[in-house]
Amino acid sequence: MAAEIYRAIADGILIGGVYALMAVGLTLIFGVLDIINIAQGVLVILGAYLSYSLSARLHLDLFLGLLITVPAMFVVGVVIHWAFIRRLRGRERTAMTLLVTYAVALIIEGILYEIYGASYRELNASYVTNSVHLLGFYLPYIYLYGFALAVVLVAGLYALLYRTRFGRSVRATMQDETAARLIGIDVNKVAAITFGIGVAVTATGGMMFGATSGGFNPNSGYDLISRLLAIIILGGMGSIGGALVAAVFMLTVESLVTIWSPDWSIIVFYAALIIVLVVRPTGFFGRAPVRAQ
Amino acid sequence: MTLNSKALKLAGLAVLAAVAIAFPYVYSSPVDTNYGVYAMIFVTVASAWNIFSGFSGYISLGQAVFFGTGAYTVGIAARDWHVTGTGVFLLLPLAAVSGAVMAVPFGLIALRVRRHTFIVITIAVFFIFQLMAADFSFTGGTMGLPAPFLPWQAATFNNPFYFMALGAAAVTITLAWWIRRSKFGLQLRAIKDDEDRALGLGVRTMRVKLSAFTLSAFITGFMGGVWFLYLTQVLPSSGYDPLFDLTIVLMAFLGGVGTIAGPVIGALLIEPGRLYLNTQFTNGYLSEILLGALFLLIVLFVPRGIVPTGGEWIRKFRSRGRAAIEPEGRGAAWTAEARGRQGTSDGRRLEAARRRESE
Repeated sequence: MAAEIYRAIADGILIGGVYALMAVGLTLIFGVLDIINIAQGVLVILGAYLSYSLSARLHLDLFLGLLITVPAMFVVGVVIHWAFIRRLRGRERTAMTLLVTYAVALIIEGILYEIYGASYRELNASYVTNSVHLLGFYLPYIYLYGFALAVVLVAGLYALLYRTRFGRSVRATMQDETAARLIGIDVNKVAAITFGIGVAVTATGGMMFGATSGGFNPNSGYDLISRLLAIIILGGMGSIGGALVAAVFMLTVESLVTIWSPDWSIIVFYAALIIVLVVRPTGFFGRAPVRAQ
Repeated sequence: MTLNSKALKLAGLAVLAAVAIAFPYVYSSPVDTNYGVYAMIFVTVASAWNIFSGFSGYISLGQAVFFGTGAYTVGIAARDWHVTGTGVFLLLPLAAVSGAVMAVPFGLIALRVRRHTFIVITIAVFFIFQLMAADFSFTGGTMGLPAPFLPWQAATFNNPFYFMALGAAAVTITLAWWIRRSKFGLQLRAIKDDEDRALGLGVRTMRVKLSAFTLSAFITGFMGGVWFLYLTQVLPSSGYDPLFDLTIVLMAFLGGVGTIAGPVIGALLIEPGRLYLNTQFTNGYLSEILLGALFLLIVLFVPRGIVPTGGEWIRKFRSRGRAAIEPEGRGAAWTAEARGRQGTSDGRRLEAARRRESE
């Protein structure tokens, strides 16, 4: 029993790190552009399929493949922003962008079905099947490697946001877009690059998801996006630290409940969200909404 | 408005009603009436969505919660109470009530937060319900539930459903029209425009939002029951279907959010089109891609929908060659509204309504 609990906590923290990475992308996009990217879930799955193709066809190592898939997903993000998001203006912008990204998700999902079919795929490598013995349970190496990579990437994002000139313009845009524009920040460029970065992290998230989730198909995006949304709401929309804490918290709760009943784990996941929202509608680290200009 | 144009409108409505009633007699094959039944179901649920989301600006992507709950309520009640034959139709009010009962706690939680978060919570609640339907045993798990057998002839099986859905559509459209003209509708639109200001003007925003949400859930739950009896089965993935949520929002956006005719026109265009595509492509993925592409085109090129955009074109056409000054009075207010500036005029009207009341 003790080993099961250790294992559940280790799982929760390690997988939580990977979810944190995907959720940071989502919350960053929300913070800067004020939009919710519903396509984030299916983009993760797209990232997983890209990794799958690279490793199955070209026999490229999963982690080496990221050198190709991350820039590719960055380009996908910039293109989606350029083609659809950029054009939307006006009062209904938030609702519109939500619907547009939902439509993009549908199209990507349909294309993935056309190419790969509905059967479940899995990413494989030696470190996915081999495990390390820890505290009385076995943990596949991929969990450790993936968590390490997620920590490095989140730290990198943090450094980018808080230690560079670009990061300063991103944060300025998050605080007040009009003011940022007035002091000469190219808000459109900041928005495009942020959307690109937010989508690029899904390449890593997708590779990890594909290797640890025990199989994925084009439909898996719905489950993912609803979890990611729950995480960023819980953390407080637009808060990067909040997304980290919420991801680890939610995934740990979920994996602990899984010991008792796998069927209920996902329901507890959402119930936790609702309970937190009843007590604190802005989430753990959210600020009160600023009145619209 | 002159008497003539009023009479013209009434005559137009009468013609539309006559066409709708004559439809299953003219196109009497089950294949054709099937289109009619689905179109009417979606006209109703899209209009119900519009009553809450279109008027208040809170986009709900969780209407399938009520639709699925209505369907499951009828299924579970019929199974446990051993209701058979046409008696199952007596369970439909129960489906509506179950939708409304779900909407109260759902709304009390979700309506505390502002728009962005609200949309996301509706999605999360939707997934909770889908998972619960699949995980619990009393819902039949992933196998779903069958509907009681109806001893009707296959040739005319669809007709009673068509008229039931048509009646529900007529009631819902009338209700939407009446709400839009009422003070309740004005309060909803004031919330859409500026909730803090509406609150400052004395609108009990939570009560207003929750009433509209519950009403829309009541109608959607009822239609879920009708749909279940028509399709004769419900699965977790078909009762609680994410595409259902998206499709009704798409219908409203195509026709024009917040207008009465918009969701109706959108549903009449999209639902038959979707059914037709499903018969053309067996795997269904291509129709999904097309639905997504259509959505993108609508949002990018006719973002306000057919009804407001069409209205503008007609006005431009009528006023060609004349001075570009809009007439004062009702027409001007309507134009401002069509341009998406109804905010200020709604706020003013609300203040005027309040002043009249206090006098």
